Amino acid sequence: MSTATRSLRRGRTAASTRRADAVPKVTGEFAYSSDLHAAGMLWGRTVRSPYAHARIVAIDVSEAAALPGVHAVLTYEDVPGQKTYGLEFADQPVLASDRVRYFGEPVAIVAADEPEQARRAAAAVSVEYELLEAVTDPERATEMEPLHPDRPTMGHGYRDDLRPNVVRAMLIRRGDPDAPGDVTVEGVYGIGQQDQAFLGPESGIAIPDGEGGVDIHVATQWLHVDRDQVAPCLDLDPEQVRIHLAGVGGAFGGREDLSMQVHAAMLALRTGRPVKIVYDREESFVGHIHRHPARIWAEHRATREGKLVAVRMRILVDGGAYASSSTAVISNACSFAPGPYAVDNVMIEGHAVYTNNPPCGAMRGFGAVQTCFAAEAQMDKLAAALDIDPVELRLLNALEPGGTLATGQVVTGSLPTRDVIRRAAALPIPEPEELPRDAIRLPGGSGNTTRGEGVRRGVGFAVGFKNICYSEGFDDFCAARVVLAGDGSAEVHCAAAEVGQGVSDVILQVARLELGTDDVELASGSTAQVGSAGSASASRMTWMAAGAVQTACRAAVEERERTGGAVDVERSYRHPRTFPLDPETGQITEGQAHVALAVAAMRVVVEVDVELGLTRVVWIGTAQDVGKALSRTAVEGQIEGGTAQGLGLALMEEIQTRDGAITNASFTDYLIPTFLDMPPVVSELIEDPEPDAPYGLKGVGEPPTVVSTAAIVAALRDA
Amino acid sequence: MRIELTINGDRREADVWAGESLLTTLRDRLELPGSKNACEQGECGSCSVLLDGELVCACLVLAAQAHGHEVVTVEGLADDGELHAVQEAFADTGAVQCGFCTPGFVVAAAGLLRRVPDPTDDEIREALSGNLCRCTGYQKILDAVHLAAGR
Repeated sequence: MSTATRSLRRGRTAASTRRADAVPKVTGEFAYSSDLHAAGMLWGRTVRSPYAHARIVAIDVSEAAALPGVHAVLTYEDVPGQKTYGLEFADQPVLASDRVRYFGEPVAIVAADEPEQARRAAAAVSVEYELLEAVTDPERATEMEPLHPDRPTMGHGYRDDLRPNVVRAMLIRRGDPDAPGDVTVEGVYGIGQQDQAFLGPESGIAIPDGEGGVDIHVATQWLHVDRDQVAPCLDLDPEQVRIHLAGVGGAFGGREDLSMQVHAAMLALRTGRPVKIVYDREESFVGHIHRHPARIWAEHRATREGKLVAVRMRILVDGGAYASSSTAVISNACSFAPGPYAVDNVMIEGHAVYTNNPPCGAMRGFGAVQTCFAAEAQMDKLAAALDIDPVELRLLNALEPGGTLATGQVVTGSLPTRDVIRRAAALPIPEPEELPRDAIRLPGGSGNTTRGEGVRRGVGFAVGFKNICYSEGFDDFCAARVVLAGDGSAEVHCAAAEVGQGVSDVILQVARLELGTDDVELASGSTAQVGSAGSASASRMTWMAAGAVQTACRAAVEERERTGGAVDVERSYRHPRTFPLDPETGQITEGQAHVALAVAAMRVVVEVDVELGLTRVVWIGTAQDVGKALSRTAVEGQIEGGTAQGLGLALMEEIQTRDGAITNASFTDYLIPTFLDMPPVVSELIEDPEPDAPYGLKGVGEPPTVVSTAAIVAALRDA
Repeated sequence: MRIELTINGDRREADVWAGESLLTTLRDRLELPGSKNACEQGECGSCSVLLDGELVCACLVLAAQAHGHEVVTVEGLADDGELHAVQEAFADTGAVQCGFCTPGFVVAAAGLLRRVPDPTDDEIREALSGNLCRCTGYQKILDAVHLAAGR
């Protein structure tokens, strides 16, 4: 099979800022998961439900199986092992058996010689459905028939809420939430469902090993958690399922859950042939989880001088048909709901619910995006009610080390909230541009909808923060393996998923530094070669991979000094331990629930055509707490790209559904920011090293996405 | 049906079906997977190629339409192992993250610089607005095109 360029060497010179994969990516040689081929390969295709909620009466595959070129048509009866899977709770069927719970749920899979034959066979699978009432309003979900009567998320230490369709109920209560303030502001906020919209579609190839096992080459965010979900469904031992990282065309949370992995493996094991599956764009939109849409009610109370007295919020997130990571998303949403501000009296109630809407799970910002949007709008309302400058109000209440989070955790690490606020606020904003000007520099762009009349300028400001690494007692670790050859060269193995963020370069940089040689090669990621790296998620991968590679390199050097020969060592790195929250109070128990925090502030200038509602983002300036930047270019790339995704959520992006069915599953109808939508972004990196992290670094991918939606909408309100 | 065309300077032949896109022919029949399939609707530009020097989405061109014509894909931009100035610049400025959109951007930017050797910010933004990138926020791509123009 063609896996050219999957083994990475460092850039041309030690001083080069080029990514190790830059050249293969600009020449087109880099092999993405959709580019793979194997001799004798078949093409797989998934049959999906056209309904959001229905009972399956009968499935007839006979016509499909008889079509030319078709080698297998499989249903739930053919799932060799466990019939369900899930990141945290195995509540999602590999293939639906008695009912479907969302639009696009997989019902059958086919394999054929040619993609077109596979498509025809998929269309020929006959499924008889009996429609059921769809639960589509998350506010009514707890009054409807249960979608999962066996309550898969019960008994995991969460707060009891026995109403139907509750995935997780949260309560964070601290101090006296009834404490009165001089001023009270209230608001109700809605956040739509966003899609990760990575450009590389879900895809991969499963190759049977001839001994009952299977090799799966796939674009994913966490190789080992894929393996640990796939193997039980195939009724295989974990060692019989080897997951190899293929080139990943973006992730942003959308590749945490399985997509085609089990399906391709089932078809490959059944036919004895390699099977490739590539989703098209429409299938990608229905085939992965999305950012949770949320409805948030908030009440903020403050003294006349502007000190926050109490924050109360109710947060409802729609988890859709299956649990995915909803339990962690609602926890994050609640934990960071008040924003990076010191407030003694807090009551946050949160619910994630099951519905028949598209399933939701991880997306960049992971719960903090939704609550930052509401909390920052509240801070602006409070500033207006008190007639205080919005930046001053934020400085007055800024949470800093020594302060206490809503969960009762005292901030002990780095959190330079005042610094990021001051630095972002001090960035000079551009002067208003003269009229007349080219239409592409006006709201509405080349649509030529205005020559400047009705266009108003607005300036907004917001601050956002979230946790770095996994939280609440999760055993979060990363393994790295270092092989030192007799000639002084080194090979590093780490299963950290290179999803575009540049973790491969972090690994090479750390290994070169620790080993004192430039002759370092990074092997391609595989469960067969090294232990788990954990997920390229939660802004954790740079921290964890750096920690693991540093630890393994130091052990390898020690071992070489001791033995004098070739060395092959593997070590696991763990960040400081976290502990669960108390389910009844949402307060910390034996110790911290979060390892570290990162904060960003952003200032935005927009122009709005108030007659047509068209917008143009003119300029964005941001200051972000990055701990310590290992690569300025890579950090800026995360900030600029993360900001663009927040801009999309603020202005353009929302999954639309009718009766639970997605109606805009294409780039024609679901618009993501283009070159013309993105303004220049000025980034200030605030370096305040994190004491517990290797080299003092912090993850940087999520804070820009958390803060930008709030900041852009603040600017719109100002206009 | 059988088609003949010039791809990256080489004479190539392929057996295609009547409704097949040039993108499918390039990727699945001619072992040129550099052009990417991300939407198949001409919305994302990931499959950008030059057809007789004109920038097109290979997903919107029938393979049969390319019969007798000249196609340049991302694989054909480098000259005898030496990267095109646009490719060098993308690598140098950090314009590549996941890289899935990169082949399309590189071809589109090379096409732009052929027409407009020293484009302004606005000209770059407009010319490349048919190429979607989900990782970079476009800023470093803007830097890359300027850098390539300067070189």
